[in-house]
Amino acid sequence: MPNTRIKVPETAKAGDIVEIRAVIQHPMENGFNVDSQGTTIPVEIITDFVCEYDGGEVFRVKLEPGLSANPYFSFFLKATKTGPVDFHWLDQNGSKTDASVTLTVT
Amino acid sequence: MKRLLAGVVAFIAVSGALGAVVGTSGAQISANAAVETAAGARSGYTYMGPETQALQDDDFANPGMLWVDEGQKLWSQPAGVKGLSCQSCHGDAKTSMRTVATRYPAFSPQLGRMINLEQQINYSRTAHQGADAYPYESEELLALTAYISHQAKGLPMNVAIDGPAAQDFARGKAFFYQRRGQLNLACNNCHEQHAGDHLRAESISQGQVNGFPIYRELWQAMGSLDRMFAWCNTAVRAEPYAAGSQEYVDLELYERWRGRGLLIESPAVRR
Repeated sequence: MPNTRIKVPETAKAGDIVEIRAVIQHPMENGFNVDSQGTTIPVEIITDFVCEYDGGEVFRVKLEPGLSANPYFSFFLKATKTGPVDFHWLDQNGSKTDASVTLTVT
Repeated sequence: MKRLLAGVVAFIAVSGALGAVVGTSGAQISANAAVETAAGARSGYTYMGPETQALQDDDFANPGMLWVDEGQKLWSQPAGVKGLSCQSCHGDAKTSMRTVATRYPAFSPQLGRMINLEQQINYSRTAHQGADAYPYESEELLALTAYISHQAKGLPMNVAIDGPAAQDFARGKAFFYQRRGQLNLACNNCHEQHAGDHLRAESISQGQVNGFPIYRELWQAMGSLDRMFAWCNTAVRAEPYAAGSQEYVDLELYERWRGRGLLIESPAVRR
C-alpha cells in the first residue's frame, strides 16, 4: 500500500474553517516515459481522491495522467462535529488506499 | 600591447581573488567556530525559485518526506536471519544518527576503504543483520539514507580528508577537474567557472551536495547523489560510472569537503 501523509488539526471549535492536507506517494506514470530499454511505460495513475466527513462527501477530485508524481491536495473544511475524516485514493486498477484521522470538535 | 594587457588583467584577477580570501575567512571563523565554511560556498537551495524553496521548507508538502517516513518505518523493522532492526543496535535515530550524515564518506576499517552512507547501511545489513544488501537506488535504500541524513538536518558538513581518506580525496579532486565526454567538460567548467550563470533557462549552481538524497522534480522521485553524478556525466555525454563505484565515492568526498560547513538540508527539493 502506498505511503500517505495526512494533516488534520487535532481539535477545532464548531463552525471553524480548518485546513486539510493530504499527500500520497505515487509515480503517476503519464504513459509518455520510456524505460532504459526504450519501452514505453504504460499509464499508471490514481484516478480518484475522495474525502468524507460527518456522513458525507466533502471533497472529490478526478485525476488525469498530466498530474505530477505524489499528488498533494490542500482544502478547507467546516468543522461541525467530532468524528473521523476519511480519505480514499482509488487507482486505475481498482485498488484502494485509505487513511483516517479523527477531528475533535469542542 | 596585447601581451601587456593580458598581464594587467591577470594581475587584477589574482589580487582580487586574494582580497576575497582574506576578506571572508576571518568573518566565517567567528560565525562558525566548529567548522569553517568554504569561502563563497552556496547551497543549491539559493539557486532555486521561490516555489521550489517553499516546497522544500514545508515539512509536510516536501515530497522527500514520504521517503523519510518510509525510512522511519524501516529503521525499526527487523530484517535478516538475526531478526535485528537498525533500532536494535542503534536505538533512537534522533540521537544516534544525529551527526552521521555530516561525516560520510568515511573510512571503513572493516572494509578497508572509503565508503558512503549507502554502503555503510548495506554493510550493517549484511554483516550485522544477516540480510541482503539493498540494490542501489532501491526505494528502501533511498528511504533509509533519507531518514538518516534527515537527522543531521541543520548541521554543517564536515568530512575528514586526512589519513586513510587522503588518497581518495586526491582522486576525487582530480575527477572534479578532469574533462570528460563528447562535450569535453569537467565538473568545474560549469560549477565553478559558471556558477550563477544560465544554461538556457536553467541557472547553474555550484553543484553542492548538502541536500542529498534529493527529491528532484525532473525525476519526479527521490534520487541519490550517485544518480545525480551519473546524470551529470550523461549530460556531458560521458559514460557514467556505476552507482556506488569508488570513483563516485571519491568524488562525493571531494564534493563534501568543497562544500564543508554548508548545512545539511536532506531531503532537499531541486528542479
